[in-house]
Amino acid sequence: MKMAALRTLLRVPATARPGEVMEVRLLMQHPMETGFRPDASGRTVPRNILRRIEARFEGELVFAADLFPAITANPYIAFPLRATRSGTLTVTIEGDNGVAERETAVITVA
Amino acid sequence: MRLPLATLLLAAIVAAAGMAGANAENRRSGFDDMSPSTQALQREDTQNPAMLWVQDGEQRFNADCARCHSAQSLGAAGARHPAWDAAAGKPLTLAGRINQCRVRHVKAPALAPESEGLLALEAFVALQSRGRPIAPDSTPALRPFVAQGERLFKQRIGQLDFSCAQCHDDNAGRRLAGALIPQAHPTGYPIYRLEWQGLGSLQRRLRNCMSGVRAEPYAYGSDEFTMIELYLKQRAAGMAVESPAVRP
Repeated sequence: MKMAALRTLLRVPATARPGEVMEVRLLMQHPMETGFRPDASGRTVPRNILRRIEARFEGELVFAADLFPAITANPYIAFPLRATRSGTLTVTIEGDNGVAERETAVITVA
Repeated sequence: MRLPLATLLLAAIVAAAGMAGANAENRRSGFDDMSPSTQALQREDTQNPAMLWVQDGEQRFNADCARCHSAQSLGAAGARHPAWDAAAGKPLTLAGRINQCRVRHVKAPALAPESEGLLALEAFVALQSRGRPIAPDSTPALRPFVAQGERLFKQRIGQLDFSCAQCHDDNAGRRLAGALIPQAHPTGYPIYRLEWQGLGSLQRRLRNCMSGVRAEPYAYGSDEFTMIELYLKQRAAGMAVESPAVRP
């Protein structure tokens, strides 16, 4: 079994009424190492953070966030999304050390 | 003075209950004293960071454990452990039981204490007990171990010469500097502790307190910790399992 580089939990309501505002929730398992902390031997631990989160609904950018070192480990991001039609929400997460994750969730509007 | 009989009876019942179960009635989970925003993190699985470990644990469970166990069949495990192990002649914690099962039946090496894999499995198994009342193993052979755990809980330790009981029995609800002293009921382990920014076991939490009073902490998986866990579970019997909980 190949371990995912980044463990994530992306939750959206499976169904929504047309025009309904739903909440998209995203949890990511990540240390968000600031790059300012010394380790036990006194050396600075290199920065290792998630930098950019983008959410696209059927290709259209609906949410984006830049993350910085002051964000907690295992960040939780939530944003509202208005449902107008059925489709796929694609979330991309980019970070230090080559992190590039893609998560998708299908939303059915009826 | 004449009081209606019902009032007298009620007063007698209240007095008896107060004497018999003062501790049982006034028990509080650490959850009750958290800020509303931290409570919200625990209440909503979609916000609880521990669910990331649960997801990992479920995959590990399906890969290694599901040949023998179904998740539902383990529904009592989190509410019951530490439990008596006849072969070993001593109690085993939930983490100890998971490792024993791995070595004996899965023929896999034991997972290191506090490793991500062990915490993930423990979180997934404990989640199956969420909402159930803590129901400690009642095997009579456990009694001396519970008594020893209670003795350790009440034993003064460390350079500060404090016992667990002096804070968590005698002064629970008061403050140690800015922090509220909880009653120390292990209702939600393994917990996602904001201070740790990660998941951790009851033994990690106990080690925190021990180094706090400048005592040398027991080793992970030691018999001492198992006995303290056992005593704490008896002390919290009947309280609802919250695993995996969030704590500040």
